Amino acid sequence: MDLLQRFAAGDLEAFESLFRQYQGDVYRWIMRIVRNSATAEDLTVETFWRMYRARAQFDPTRSVCGPWLRRIATNAALDHLRRSRREIPLPDDLPAAAQQPPAEQLELRRQILAAIDKLSPSLRAVILLALVEEESYENIAQSLGISENAVRVRVFRGVRALRKSLSQAGVHA
Amino acid sequence: MNQQEMDDLRKLLQRSVHPVGRLELQRDLWPNMLRRLDQPTFHVPWWDWALLAAATALLLFFPGMIPALLYHL
Repeated sequence: MDLLQRFAAGDLEAFESLFRQYQGDVYRWIMRIVRNSATAEDLTVETFWRMYRARAQFDPTRSVCGPWLRRIATNAALDHLRRSRREIPLPDDLPAAAQQPPAEQLELRRQILAAIDKLSPSLRAVILLALVEEESYENIAQSLGISENAVRVRVFRGVRALRKSLSQAGVHA
Repeated sequence: MNQQEMDDLRKLLQRSVHPVGRLELQRDLWPNMLRRLDQPTFHVPWWDWALLAAATALLLFFPGMIPALLYHL
């Protein structure tokens, strides 16, 4: 019996193997959406918790569980964004962001982060994944459970909303 | 919006929001996972919520039933 079959049957050791194999990928994917390492760690555990609870629905004849896991991770990250909307502005605790830029760049950055904050969670996730992280539309579509055309529409709507917010703030993109 | 405008916006965003790239997880999260697995879960089935909603709606629309309900409790 292979690893995925053992996991679907409820074997904790198989689950641990999958966890160790995928925790880095899941963490990075969630980090791309929530951009805070502590939150991304919590949501990584939440993702595997949801995966473990849903193991009976997993089809072990599939050769990979990465796309399934990525979809669960995206849902967990979107749920978090919906819960924390209007409470927490977009954080960005990546190492590169720690360098102190000049004052005018700080102001520009603040305006851009504010414009991203105004987007709905699903548009925000798509804009961050497509434009900042340059993920393929195929990957984004899989992770959201929508078609690539629907991703294009969301990118278009997100870009339009961003440009509107930025132009109201006097930033011309 | 043309491709050039899209690329300009992408560059502007990437100057303010840095791509994650190949960021590494700093620690093993398996101990956190084990703690989460050990936590008892409290789950109310959806039909219990539906029953509660139906009872609340019934009492709201027919308040005269409240004394009858209390009598039977």
